[in-house]
Amino acid sequence: MSKIIFKKQLSKDVFMMRLDAPLIAEERSAGQFIILQIDDDYGERIPLTIADADKKEGSITIIFQVVGKTTLELSEKNIGDNIPTLVGPLGKPTHIEKFGTVVCVGGGIGVAPLHPIAQALKKTGNNIITIIGARTKDLIILEDEMKTIADEFIICTDDGSYGRKALVTVPLKEICERDPKPDMVIAIGPPIMMKFCSETTRPFGVFTQVSLNTIMVDGTGMCGGCRVNVGKEIKFVCVDGPEFDGHKVDFDNMMSRLNSYKDIEREQHSCFLEQEIKNKEALQ
Amino acid sequence: MSHLSPEQLSDEAKKLIVEYIEKIDQLKTKDRMKIPPQEMPQQDPEIRSHNLEEVALGYTMEQARIEAMRCLQCVKKNCVEDCPVKIDIPRFIDHIAHGDFQTASNVIKEASLLPAICGRVCPQETQCQQSCTVGKALKDVDKSVAIGRLERFIADWERSTGKISIPEVKPETGKKVAIVGSGPAGLVVAADCRREGHHVTIFEAFHKLGGVLRYGIPEFRLPNDIIDKEIDTLKSMGVEFKTNFVVGRTRKLTDLMDKDGYNAVFVGTGAGLPMFMGIEGESLVGVFSANEYLTRANLMRAFDKGHADTPIYKSKNVAVLGGGNVAMDSARMAKRLGAKNVYVVYRRTEVEMPARKEEVAHAKEEGIEFYFLQNAKRIIGDEKGRVKEMECLRYELGEPDSSGRRRPVVIPHSEFILNVDTVIVAIGNGSNPLISQTTPQINVNKWGNITVDETQKTSVDRIFAGGDIVLGAATVILAMGEGRRAASAINKLLAEDIEKEKVSSN
Ligand SMILES: Cc1cc2nc3c(=O)[nH]c(=O)nc-3n(C[C@H](O)[C@H](O)[C@H](O)COP(=O)(O)OP(=O)(O)OC[C@H]3O[C@@H](n4cnc5c(N)ncnc54)[C@H](O)[C@@H]3O)c2cc1C
Ligand SMILES: Cc1cc2nc3c(=O)[nH]c(=O)nc-3n(C[C@H](O)[C@H](O)[C@H](O)COP(=O)(O)OP(=O)(O)OC[C@H]3O[C@@H](n4cnc5c(N)ncnc54)[C@H](O)[C@@H]3O)c2cc1C
Ligand code: SF4
Ligand code: FES
Repeated sequence: MSKIIFKKQLSKDVFMMRLDAPLIAEERSAGQFIILQIDDDYGERIPLTIADADKKEGSITIIFQVVGKTTLELSEKNIGDNIPTLVGPLGKPTHIEKFGTVVCVGGGIGVAPLHPIAQALKKTGNNIITIIGARTKDLIILEDEMKTIADEFIICTDDGSYGRKALVTVPLKEICERDPKPDMVIAIGPPIMMKFCSETTRPFGVFTQVSLNTIMVDGTGMCGGCRVNVGKEIKFVCVDGPEFDGHKVDFDNMMSRLNSYKDIEREQHSCFLEQEIKNKEALQ
Repeated sequence: MSHLSPEQLSDEAKKLIVEYIEKIDQLKTKDRMKIPPQEMPQQDPEIRSHNLEEVALGYTMEQARIEAMRCLQCVKKNCVEDCPVKIDIPRFIDHIAHGDFQTASNVIKEASLLPAICGRVCPQETQCQQSCTVGKALKDVDKSVAIGRLERFIADWERSTGKISIPEVKPETGKKVAIVGSGPAGLVVAADCRREGHHVTIFEAFHKLGGVLRYGIPEFRLPNDIIDKEIDTLKSMGVEFKTNFVVGRTRKLTDLMDKDGYNAVFVGTGAGLPMFMGIEGESLVGVFSANEYLTRANLMRAFDKGHADTPIYKSKNVAVLGGGNVAMDSARMAKRLGAKNVYVVYRRTEVEMPARKEEVAHAKEEGIEFYFLQNAKRIIGDEKGRVKEMECLRYELGEPDSSGRRRPVVIPHSEFILNVDTVIVAIGNGSNPLISQTTPQINVNKWGNITVDETQKTSVDRIFAGGDIVLGAATVILAMGEGRRAASAINKLLAEDIEKEKVSSN
């Protein structure tokens, strides 16, 4: 059980929360995640990255986007409410060392998991070039936080409502063409973005690390639901990852697996979501 | 096999008991052999294949007593010899025959801590009932005394009285034991160490307790109530439970001792690493490990479609690969979740199937189809990456292998297509590497199983292990047996500590 000790809305669908979790705060490193459940009996277990941790306060920070039932219910919880199931830190920590110049590419909500990694890389003396992108201005999160740790900072939106009107792959390609080319790229965001970032860097031979957000159940390697094809091997994202070499990941398979339950979830939750929206409208 | 209804079975037994009860102490072997074996009352297959209620309903009191009278009270107790925890079988059965259920229960509990569970899930036909004299004499293992059903009867009887005795706990010793994993192995260690007065904490990765008993074995075989009762008993004894705690991640194993002051640790983390076939198409949408499928259905309650948030795949035609209990459970669960056709594809024959015989029989009654001497070659997807069909190969039995079982050999060019939308892979579990990866000092063998000595001690001082993490995927009773052995070694170690402390403080 874990208490919500702080909550803030970052953009239309994105929320940040600090949760009381002293053990997780003590053990976690950048790149790891937690699994939470809003109802012990019938709730779904959903993975969320640990965006930050405060050992003194004994708290962790999560940043999440409302995309379905659990994230919606979570967004409706308030300071003082309890989350019955919170387990972590899960996954392998990001390998942090001095690589040289690292390009950190974050798309949409992917900026949340990217932030602690960029921070750790900066601390180790890397030169950080940050590219953050979103569909539109309102969906950009953590702009200031990312800016303060970046040696070079680029922002783009698909519709041009803020920063450069481009997909993140455009500035990424330009950076890869520089001499010297960057030593490494870390791309975190929607699968399709990670796929195209990997395709962009492949011809330049720049190592590209991605962080995969597959569907999970246990998060301890017991079910295999989170498996992805990496090169010729099957890997379990929850224990072997979540970070992998983007040039080896079979993104198309991963994306089709992410949609395994789309029809069912839409069917099951649509009545629920519609009702929720009506309730909200009635309140306003 | 045609089944009598529970009412018919009960009526028959009521008639018989009147006949036998008077001469109970005069029964000769010949008379006992004539007593008809009591069939287990069960839910109608047509009805039960749409619900999650327990299939086997349990003996009535009369049935239990009649069945108990079939036991010959052998001098050479084959049954006890083949019982992994050496329950004094004829003695508890004799008490049932005489209607003294409380004493029968006490006898079982001398040796086994979880009779309600073992009575339901032990593979009795390869253990106690395999060499039962009655079954031997009648040349049919199915006609052996139904020891498992009698064990279950007693456990259920005790539960129904509402007075489950809480084992006595000795005065607090101040010593602390950490147990990793709440499966049968961990639960048994908890009970045995707590009885000695040690403080016991069970750390469990999941939000619910019981290990495979909860997330793997479905409620139609082992209702959750029964697991809850066992856990309640441990709680009343003062055992502490910490759920949502992944040892190795939330806390390092050795930190439990170095930082948190535990004096000994037991690792009972189970097998929990699903194996896949390594064939083409295994990553398609619609292919699941049995662990995932059953966890969604059982632990996450996806069978309760209106209430559960966790979705489960909608299937029409399901292939289950494998022939063990896990395969049977997956197949029967798929049926209950609405699949029209469920095929169990197994590369050997029915004789070699490792599943409990009763489960295979139940699966057949429920309309599961068995494809023996066949195996998957590859899984084929549609344009959206979803399973469309499975290509299979036929096999025949060749020369015996090292285990004495005849090895299945592929028949060349025997490919054929099975029309399925879902494939559940139930070919076994390896050992979950989380503990060994995060505790490199612990020695494991080449399959990743933790290696232990005859007291269940690992290569690290004060760390013990048992159950599936040591044995590889095995059985509940073997996990229990290892737990008991480990607990007695832990209790001995802690007693020595206490002794030493006394000496040095004097
Ligand atoms: C290691 C890891 C770290 C993650 N970190 C974050 C994070 O920091 N912030 C954040 O907002 N999200 C994160 N995610 C994604 C998050 O887990 C999903 O958004 C969440 O599970 C959706 O749950 P829901 O019940 O609200 O939606 P559902 O009703 O379950 O699903 C709604 C839609 O989301 C899709 N979906 C379901 N599960 C996932 C998933 N795991 N990933 C992506 N889409 C999914 C479904 O196909 C469906 O279309 C992470 C995922 C992983 C695996
Ligand atoms: C579907 C299925 C059907 C079966 N049917 C039968 C049957 O009919 N008869 C029979 O005798 N046997 C059966 N078995 C086998 C039997 O269930 C196992 O042999 C037995 O449960 C092993 O017990 P265990 O205590 O070693 O581990 P488990 O029951 O596997 O429990 C291990 C527990 O440890 C937890 N854990 C793992 N890692 C960590 C960690 N790092 N930190 C904290 N907790 C952790 C797990 O979450 C789990 O709860 C079946 C198995 C399955 C999967
Ligand atoms: S072997 Fe069979 S008949 Fe003999 S004592 Fe055991 S249960 Fe009774
Ligand atoms: S989530 Fe179950 S194995 Fe990764």
